[in-house]
Amino acid sequence: MDDGWYDEAAGPLVRPYAITAGRTSASAGANLDVATQVMTLRSAETTDGGLTPEHLQIKRLCQKPLSVAELAAHMNLPLGVIRVLCGDLIERGVVIVRSPAQRVEAPNRELLQAVLDGLSKL
Amino acid sequence: MVSPSSDDGFDEGADTIPTPVKIIVAGGFGVGKTTMVGSVSEIPPLTTEELLTEASDGIDDLAGVERKTTTTVALDFGRITISPKHVLYLFGTPGQDRFWFMWDELARGAIGCVVLVDTRRLDTSFAAIDFFERRKIPFIVAVNCFDDAQRYEEDEIRAALAVPSHVPIVMCDARKRDSAKLALIRLVKHAMSELPVG
Ligand SMILES: Nc1nc2c(ncn2[C@@H]2O[C@H](COP(=O)(O)OP(=O)(O)O)[C@@H](O)[C@H]2O)c(=O)[nH]1
Ligand SMILES: [Mg+2]
Repeated sequence: MDDGWYDEAAGPLVRPYAITAGRTSASAGANLDVATQVMTLRSAETTDGGLTPEHLQIKRLCQKPLSVAELAAHMNLPLGVIRVLCGDLIERGVVIVRSPAQRVEAPNRELLQAVLDGLSKL
Repeated sequence: MVSPSSDDGFDEGADTIPTPVKIIVAGGFGVGKTTMVGSVSEIPPLTTEELLTEASDGIDDLAGVERKTTTTVALDFGRITISPKHVLYLFGTPGQDRFWFMWDELARGAIGCVVLVDTRRLDTSFAAIDFFERRKIPFIVAVNCFDDAQRYEEDEIRAALAVPSHVPIVMCDARKRDSAKLALIRLVKHAMSELPVG
């Protein structure tokens, strides 16, 4: 079996540009994780001007925090498009986000313990 | 580049936006990944897609531009609300190993991975084991016990998979919520044991 597929620094797969008018890499949303929580700020109520129907749909759906992946599934749009749209909303102060802790950060024993406790209670 | 880390832009609603946590469920095609995600998720498993533009090898002679084809990678996932402060997402890896791009993205920040194996087709999970081992991401092996599969002892499976002794191997039934839950608990305990001391 060829197991070399993931070791190439840059494979043949790249993100699409056309669908989001080339905004993929510049966007504030470009690095959002699939699990990143997106939540609409209450103070954003009056800032709808210039938002597309998709922006407004995200704004509505995220009255309660939802992940980027859930938004993509509910809106039937690719993850990359959701990232760009969320990036727009972050820049406009409409939503805030919280991403998974990265391993390089402080040891997260507390976090793991919380997950363990939660799972044990299920 | 704007980093979507937990501490920017964060004065408002800080107590109401939960911290997401990811666990990956990996393994070969048909090994029971979607089944496992579905049996523990509080929502029916959702599917989403990432579009990838695949550059072809050659350059188009006439236009001088690379031909590209768009590939869709499907990703299924479920959700478990752990507490008001934590929400756990379970992501099944995309079926084809060659979508390493997606695997890397899923693995980033994940607390670990359950690699499902089917004893009738152990080789279909080799790539997943290799992937997580090389990246030093905590993982356990969960043997999905299909009804008609022959039973093996843990050490037989460990030897066949060449999995080091510190990696837990558990038997499970991906269709059963309790069994899937125990596999997740084993993984989290393992991830804790791999934390640096102090
Ligand atoms: N007998 C049995 N069948 C299973 C088990 N887990 C999954 N299956 C079946 O195996 C098939 C493939 O499972 P699926 O979750 O779609 O595999 P995936 O490709 O890894 O996502 C489905 O028809 C499942 O119903 C199991 O533990 N026992
Ligand atoms: Mg599947």
